[in-house]
Amino acid sequence: MNREFYSKLIFELSRPGRRGYSLPSNGLGTAVNLPDNLSRDTALDLPQVDEPTVVRHYNNMSTNNFGVDTGFYPLGSCTMKYNPKINEEMASHRGFKSMHPATPAVASQGSLMLYYTLQWMLSEIGGMAEFTLNPFAGAHGELTGLMVIRAYHNSRGDVKRTKVIVPDSAHGTNPASAAVAGLEIVEVKSRPDGTVDVDDLRPLLDDTVAAVMMTNPNTLGIFEKNIPEIASLVHDAGALLYYDGANLNPMLGVARPGDMGFDVMHINLHKTFSTPHGGGGPGSGPVGVRAGLEQFLPNPRVVRRPDGSFDLVSSPDALGRVSATLGNFAVAARALSYILSLGQEGTMMAGTLATLNANYIKESLKDVYKLPIEGVCKHEFVFDGLADKSTGVTTLNVAKRLLDHGYHAPTIYFPLLFHESLMIEPTETESLDTIDEFIAVMRDIAREASETPDVVKTAPHNTPIGHPDDTEAALHPVTTFDQLSTTKD
Amino acid sequence: MSQIYYAPTHEYIVVDGNVGTIGITDYAQHALGNVVYVDMPEVDDEVEAGQDFGAIESVKAASDLISPVTGTVIEVNDALADNPRLVNQDPMANWIIKVEIADPTELDNLLDEEAYKAICK
Amino acid sequence: MLRRIGVKSLDELYSDVPESLKLKKPYNLPSSQSEKEIRDFFDALGSQNRQLKCFAGAGHYDHYAPAVVGSLISRSEFLTAYTPYQPEISQGTLQYIFEYQTIMSRLTGLEVSNASMYDGATATAEAMLMAVAHARRRNRVLVSATVNPAVREVVDTYARYHGVVVDTIEAVDGVTSREDLDAKLAAGDVAGVIVAAPNYYGIVEDYSGWADACHAAKALFIMNSVAIDLASIKTPGEWGADIAAGDAQSLGMPLSFGGPYLGYLCATKALMRKMPGRIVGATTDDRGNRVFVLTLQAREQHIRREKATSNICSNQGLMALYATIYTSVMGTKGLEEVNGLGFSAAHYLAEALTETGKMRLKYPDKPFLNEMAMTADFDLDVFFAKAMENGILPGVRIDKNTILIAATDMLTRDDLDSYVMLVKTM
Repeated sequence: MNREFYSKLIFELSRPGRRGYSLPSNGLGTAVNLPDNLSRDTALDLPQVDEPTVVRHYNNMSTNNFGVDTGFYPLGSCTMKYNPKINEEMASHRGFKSMHPATPAVASQGSLMLYYTLQWMLSEIGGMAEFTLNPFAGAHGELTGLMVIRAYHNSRGDVKRTKVIVPDSAHGTNPASAAVAGLEIVEVKSRPDGTVDVDDLRPLLDDTVAAVMMTNPNTLGIFEKNIPEIASLVHDAGALLYYDGANLNPMLGVARPGDMGFDVMHINLHKTFSTPHGGGGPGSGPVGVRAGLEQFLPNPRVVRRPDGSFDLVSSPDALGRVSATLGNFAVAARALSYILSLGQEGTMMAGTLATLNANYIKESLKDVYKLPIEGVCKHEFVFDGLADKSTGVTTLNVAKRLLDHGYHAPTIYFPLLFHESLMIEPTETESLDTIDEFIAVMRDIAREASETPDVVKTAPHNTPIGHPDDTEAALHPVTTFDQLSTTKD
Repeated sequence: MSQIYYAPTHEYIVVDGNVGTIGITDYAQHALGNVVYVDMPEVDDEVEAGQDFGAIESVKAASDLISPVTGTVIEVNDALADNPRLVNQDPMANWIIKVEIADPTELDNLLDEEAYKAICK
Repeated sequence: MLRRIGVKSLDELYSDVPESLKLKKPYNLPSSQSEKEIRDFFDALGSQNRQLKCFAGAGHYDHYAPAVVGSLISRSEFLTAYTPYQPEISQGTLQYIFEYQTIMSRLTGLEVSNASMYDGATATAEAMLMAVAHARRRNRVLVSATVNPAVREVVDTYARYHGVVVDTIEAVDGVTSREDLDAKLAAGDVAGVIVAAPNYYGIVEDYSGWADACHAAKALFIMNSVAIDLASIKTPGEWGADIAAGDAQSLGMPLSFGGPYLGYLCATKALMRKMPGRIVGATTDDRGNRVFVLTLQAREQHIRREKATSNICSNQGLMALYATIYTSVMGTKGLEEVNGLGFSAAHYLAEALTETGKMRLKYPDKPFLNEMAMTADFDLDVFFAKAMENGILPGVRIDKNTILIAATDMLTRDDLDSYVMLVKTM
């Protein structure tokens, strides 16, 4: 890592008169001649840098980052699979890259067919009637799905349904999405084994409930066995059942949300279908619905005409529009490439292998880390910190010590059901060698916690930077270079 | 003579005549940790018993500030805008707002010191 | 592995899944394809698209991106990282977001930027939610009739479900009516006002005094702009706007039939803590280094979740890096030149098309940058078919007789002349 020599900001590398671009001439001039009162007045200060400076700056910066291509990334609930390179090439395929989103259907049949093909494959995998690829991310998919549900109830004149029931172990985005969709949140408690308590749920279900949001397996990696009973209770109450697809991976090849009784679902293409996370996006959160709800999906929809051609349609019943275009199209292209490479065989095995890896790690570590819920998990599981709490070494300390060993940390302090949650999700793309090495390191850290606890408590030691002062950052926020320069003076 | 009441949501109100001085309790500042921001209403804003009038943020948590009484804001502690950490140093001295209490009978719904201490255990 | 887990078969890992729910037959999917076959498939699909010379805009523009941009954003340390939750091993992501925030702040003339939004339409919808949350008890928002209708539709969707009332400020001759603004503000219940610069018709409107009018009515003034245009036109900050929200695809991003693009959201410092999404801040580490962290996280919905006014988590991180590298390589001069090329090409084209006698500016004498609405005397269905046969995407049709035409640095003089020739044949 070259942090020592290359930690400047691009603005600090700027020198007057340097440039790194070349543009063609159209022979008509390069001046903007707008009236003065409509023109930019304050000088725009962008970096003045040459190409080699830009390249070195960002290349070196990238080495201070850890990605799936760097090492094992067992971040629970995030499904950090390896991202095959062929998908990247397909995402920027020249046949698709320059297509303007307003290109008429007659000239964009290839793009529309790509979109439709993935839509169709996701429907097959989810057990749904139709998918939209318009939502940009998982949370956006949740919001869209809840809007589908509200549009459905509203279409029936059933306007008093304003509540969403969410388990207390749910992803934080579930209640937030419900709030943005104008719905009120009601929490349902988990049983000691981490699953939804049907007896607690039953009395909550009345004619003011629009939907119940669940993820299955839940955030503890436990399969909700009672899902058929829950589905029929929800449907009897006139509400719909929403599937948060963040945990779909272990169900690949095993069971489909549609068959479990879910009415609406989203899939995170950047989790289950291996599109890269890009340091926090772009993702994609396609939303699927069961038969009878298609007309409520957001505009525009991609459909196949009887003559085999593809077209865009808008429906007056639709919930409206959630994006200016058809969503993150190039992300969809990556996911399609991924599904094609796995094919039927690979897709059928993916979930089981992810579950195998997770259980293997869990069983290999549960003597030194506290496992609050025994039994077979699915793609992920949660430890409640170290088994030996006497040393004062916390989950945060363990996470930071893992960074020293070249691993990304698991998800920590989520779910909120335990004080020292440490959530591990290995995915199916890791080899047994990698997993065994990770287990060995986790055991080393547990031993270190007893023998030399201070080493763990003061971790990380080998990372490009030390422990940042979060309080100072929040107390006196400095969010641009200009504020930084002002603070210094 | 002033009197102090507590809300189960960890706000206190010191009542002097029809003026209530509202802040968060020592227990609350402790639970939040380093306070980095206090979102406060403006003078003349109406507050309602049981409704939020602002929010308080630490590095790791954010919490709504719930008004123990209905009334009108007559003073805001501007010192907290520049130095929110004063709340950690002394939450009683560093109150958040003062309100003119509209309905003193609402105070009967609040807790006294003993009852509040009991819920903090 | 099974032995250590204590099960006899892979099936046993799913013994908790009721048999009735299990898949009875494999997915109806094609069998596994080799890389070569995947390439062939994409080649075949791609060949069903027509590659056209792009005169279409309406919010998304065909600009040239220097090769260095694509090369750097595909660095896998950037590409395959998750959200920077562990700052010690995420300085790459955190630093470029800090640079991005600085660049967007300078472009828009507002002090604070978040780490990015999905697209310009959702960014504008979130700006609306921000205004309503800020106003506490008022929930009416005014949107100019000259705002891009796709943006408007997304704003309307968010508003409908969140319980916000959206009203239109009428337009006269392609320009938002100040009179109508004043009349609607007078009701005293407006939380925010949304206008566009340039507007949907490409017109650069004069918003002198608008911010004051909004602020006098305690409403926030929100401006939706095409990011690259802000290098040349008066900025949201200069107009006195409180929030700038829009799409930054114009910073050289491939059109890719709709995305990924980049939404941006900037605001005054007073509104910083009301902004949705992630924000990166500078601080120091225990070794004394200047470092970057996600900050103001407490605002994020996972803590005040049931009162959330935004649910955004993942954003468009990598596209923020794209914008940062593009603007760094191009610099101020480069952006001005891109805008200048678009300006000269669009004005040349508008004049030449008017001279044909078959098309005219829908709103003549209104200032525009690189896009204009033109009314045709001929059948636009026929024109589109003919243009596409000749390898031209002639614009975006906005009604029976009107087409929005955009020009960028990607068009040569010959391209412009072929367009004119085509119109002459109509």
